[in-house]
Amino acid sequence: MTQVKFYGEPPPGIDQDWLPGRLIAIEGTDGVGRSTIISILKDYLEANGWGVVDSGLRRSPLVGPGIDQAKEGHTLDPITLNLFYATDFWDRFERIMLPALQAGMVVLADRYIFSLMARAIVRGAAREWLEQIYGFALIPDQTIYLDIDAEDLVLRILERGFDFWESGGDYLHDRSIYDGFMQHQREQLHEMSVMADRYDWDVVDARGTIEEVFENVRRAVMPTVESMSRP
Amino acid sequence: MVTTSADFSELPGRLIVVEGIDGSGKSTQLDLLHKWLRSEGYVTVFTEWNSSPIVRDTTKRGKRKQLLTPMSFSLIHAADFASRTYSQILPALQAGVIVLADRYVYTAFARDAARGVNRKWVRDLYSFAPPPNLALYFQVSLRESIRRIAAARAEIKFYEAGMDLGLSDDVQESFRLFQGRILDEYDALCDEYDITRIDASQSLVDQQVLVRELVEPLLEGMPRREISNVPAHLQTGFAALAAGGGL
Repeated sequence: MTQVKFYGEPPPGIDQDWLPGRLIAIEGTDGVGRSTIISILKDYLEANGWGVVDSGLRRSPLVGPGIDQAKEGHTLDPITLNLFYATDFWDRFERIMLPALQAGMVVLADRYIFSLMARAIVRGAAREWLEQIYGFALIPDQTIYLDIDAEDLVLRILERGFDFWESGGDYLHDRSIYDGFMQHQREQLHEMSVMADRYDWDVVDARGTIEEVFENVRRAVMPTVESMSRP
Repeated sequence: MVTTSADFSELPGRLIVVEGIDGSGKSTQLDLLHKWLRSEGYVTVFTEWNSSPIVRDTTKRGKRKQLLTPMSFSLIHAADFASRTYSQILPALQAGVIVLADRYVYTAFARDAARGVNRKWVRDLYSFAPPPNLALYFQVSLRESIRRIAAARAEIKFYEAGMDLGLSDDVQESFRLFQGRILDEYDALCDEYDITRIDASQSLVDQQVLVRELVEPLLEGMPRREISNVPAHLQTGFAALAAGGGL
């Protein structure tokens, strides 16, 4: 059973002390292959009889459409964007993750609060402020970090093309999209590596083939999943 | 830039905010103040709670579909406030003009606490907000505010009545309980933040006289435009008449 503990003060509306499910956060930067790995892992766990729910950014019915709309404009400051994402996170937590944990399912969070904090920190937001706000988040049973360096990452991005926000386009105005991407990602990866120590993540090398990365992730999460009674 | 430890004391503008529950008359008083300042030639920027063009639609959808819980209610209003802070309030204060805000962070402090959200967490959430030069709280009794709201419109809204908290199935009763909690929070906030209480049971004119007395000392050094002899509220009327060949 999972003990209900938050990083900061407990938010209102959650009165359980424990939850039967397991919360596994999968962190990693843009394009590292998180969603692919999560989709394979979900299939694998379900095939073995576990109930699985996944939840990724911007899928909240409350905020998802609003974020997409706001990102189309050019007047979005980093604090507003971050609070949009914080609302999206909380809405998904209450609506999707928490009920699934109550129902004894495995929740695979495609990014957790950490990506949101890293993105804001590289854009100049105070770390202390972010830690205070995101203190509302439930401490996951396990956080897996898909680790990669910017040089290996960019080779994957070249094929699918560069994204404005992933390249820090909103704050690194004077650079080419390639230079912007490299700088933004290096800074983000640095923030993530600081958090990996601080929050005790399980680091998985994400540079190999999908099969290799999946196998490493699978091995890392199975003890957490199997600590629930077997289906 | 977006750090929350920014030094606000260097901002040359003036920030004046009004607070109070619905039906306290605060918006009317701010409107009268706004018109007076403009007629005196002061450059003013007006900002209203829950009005950011990029966040407002989300909040509206959340309210309409009743998707909001105490935490998401708090967070989406903070997003709205952040958007107005960075696109409207801070630039105006940097430019050295007067900002008039209809509701400010204290609205969130009062409402969110009344919804059970941790008080310190809400204060931390809004720590990017520049502190006002003058904050006025229009104090009205619960009974009087209910009377005024009942007279002004047909029905009380879901979140306004705190129906999301399940205090009572009856909207009127829930409204009374929830607004009562908000009044208690406001009362404590006035002491915590040195907010000036104004007795909103006085006549509208008496209140406005008081408001102007409180605002006057803040106006020193604020930029003014040359103003014509035609009163501000008549200027557009004259222009329209002239264009139509009436003069």
